[in-house]
Amino acid sequence: MKIVEKILARASGKEKVIPGEIVECKVDVVMTNDRSGVRMMDRFNSLGIDRMPDPDRLVVIFDHDVPPKAIASANKQKELREFIKKHQVKHYYPMGAGVCHQVLPEKGHVWPGSLVVGTDSHTVTGGAFGALATGVGHLEAAGVLAKGTTWFRVPETIRIVIDGKLSGPVMAKDIILLILQRLGTKVALYKAIEFTGEAVDAMSLDGRMAIANMSVELGAKCGLFAVDQKTFDFLDGRVNRPFTPVVSDPDEIWEETYHFNVDALEPLVACPHNLENVQPVAQVGGLEIHQAAIGTCTGGRLEDMRMAARILHGRRVHPDVRMIITPGSAEIYHQCLEEGIIHTFHQAGAIIHWPGCGICAAGISPVLGVGERCISAQNRNFKGRLGDGTSEIFVASPATVAASAVKGQIADPREFY
Amino acid sequence: MNNIIRGRVWKFGHDIDTDIIAPAIYLNKYLSPKESALHAMEPIDPDFSKKVKPGDIIVAGENFGCGSSREEAAVNLKALELGAVIASSFGRIFYRNCINVGLPALYCPDLTAKVNEGDHLEIDLQKGLIQNLTTEENFTAEPMPEIIMSILACGGLEGYLQKGSGISNT
Ligand code: SF4
Repeated sequence: MKIVEKILARASGKEKVIPGEIVECKVDVVMTNDRSGVRMMDRFNSLGIDRMPDPDRLVVIFDHDVPPKAIASANKQKELREFIKKHQVKHYYPMGAGVCHQVLPEKGHVWPGSLVVGTDSHTVTGGAFGALATGVGHLEAAGVLAKGTTWFRVPETIRIVIDGKLSGPVMAKDIILLILQRLGTKVALYKAIEFTGEAVDAMSLDGRMAIANMSVELGAKCGLFAVDQKTFDFLDGRVNRPFTPVVSDPDEIWEETYHFNVDALEPLVACPHNLENVQPVAQVGGLEIHQAAIGTCTGGRLEDMRMAARILHGRRVHPDVRMIITPGSAEIYHQCLEEGIIHTFHQAGAIIHWPGCGICAAGISPVLGVGERCISAQNRNFKGRLGDGTSEIFVASPATVAASAVKGQIADPREFY
Repeated sequence: MNNIIRGRVWKFGHDIDTDIIAPAIYLNKYLSPKESALHAMEPIDPDFSKKVKPGDIIVAGENFGCGSSREEAAVNLKALELGAVIASSFGRIFYRNCINVGLPALYCPDLTAKVNEGDHLEIDLQKGLIQNLTTEENFTAEPMPEIIMSILACGGLEGYLQKGSGISNT
């Protein structure tokens, strides 16, 4: 069996499961945030259950509309905090802890072999740790809290082999953009992906999380990485429960295998309004930008901050650009302070935002005006996601965003590295 | 739930994402389903909610509802009282959300190219048959697993859970 089959077999109490089969599974962790958590709470309340059967299964992380900008959010967040108290939810992380997909593994709520659902599509980030982590709707999450289980269709698994070695400021983000460019946004619909290869072995957990995070943009139910020493090093001191990592059996036959080599990979950019629309930075270089953002659950990790600092060090953000940097979590923010990275950002004229979703979901200001262009280390460039319907989002690596912020135009980070 | 659905077609292309079906800028307002539904499809068709009638059917290309897990996308279409959504393929979470809120979602890759906006369709959910009443062509949707049929039969997940499939009011 493959990783995903082994996890679903364990969670459904079966010896073996096969792709296409529908199984009822016990879920280990339900993750929610302030925004979808409010909806989940309403759904849970309407099920008419007085006491949550197993509140320790629930992890709530406030990251989207923090601090609340709309009065409606403030009111609803208050209700959500009362709900958390009433049900004695102990895994509650108030605003400032960071973006949920970063905080979840940092605080040890994802472990190899676990089955995690979250009311957010980027819950797939947990796949970096060899977990089956996937998004569900509010009602479904409420159902899992009520019942402990939900149904899954056992997905087929495709394998993506990434060989070669990244060079200079080319990052894991460029790899996932390359995969999107080549395979498109539908290659893995309702399927699992396993990422493997030389470049994966060499990659930090930060890089693996960036790729797992965007596996949902390939349509996937989950994007998984086999565990190795780096995984254990990351999780050491964070996960305080025993777990059994699972890996795919060596003789598995894959639904499909795709090969990539990143030796000569150049920085890439996903142009509006579709993630398949990926171009080498050279192709769109020179296009004027109005906002540059580094952060979110895709590009707000320590590695991303270090890369941005390396490029911004001793330089100034272009006066026509508003640059906003959001460290992904309080832990990352703290480390950036320690390393002088925040100082570098400040000196460069960037605005440092508190840990959380940052500009990503238009939950907080700022938004884009008519015809404005933003380059961002986030994961999605959908039309209207950050403001006016005529605005444009270019998705790139933190290195490319930092270089572009300095130049005032989409720029190649290799010029500044 | 009614097994026979009849309605007029609204046609959409590929990769219609959840930011189109339920724009992010309204999410922190926690609007009611009826209010929220007024913004459905706004980025590409601001008048959609005014034009669509109860029972109408969306027919879309690949990857309909890709993007975020926001249930508001499925809730918006349900609140507009659409009869069903048919697509060549769906974003996974959106698909589950449709079923969970009691909105039939069918896979029928053959249909998209052969239907025009405004055509009238008749869907037999039980049999998975889709008839284009305007052009008199017949199509077969991919069969829905039993669990999905059961959830739809209860009007969605809430009804399904309450029907005594394991939730305990302790
Ligand atoms: S950072 Fe953006 S994509 Fe990630 S969880 Fe927050 S809103 Fe969603």
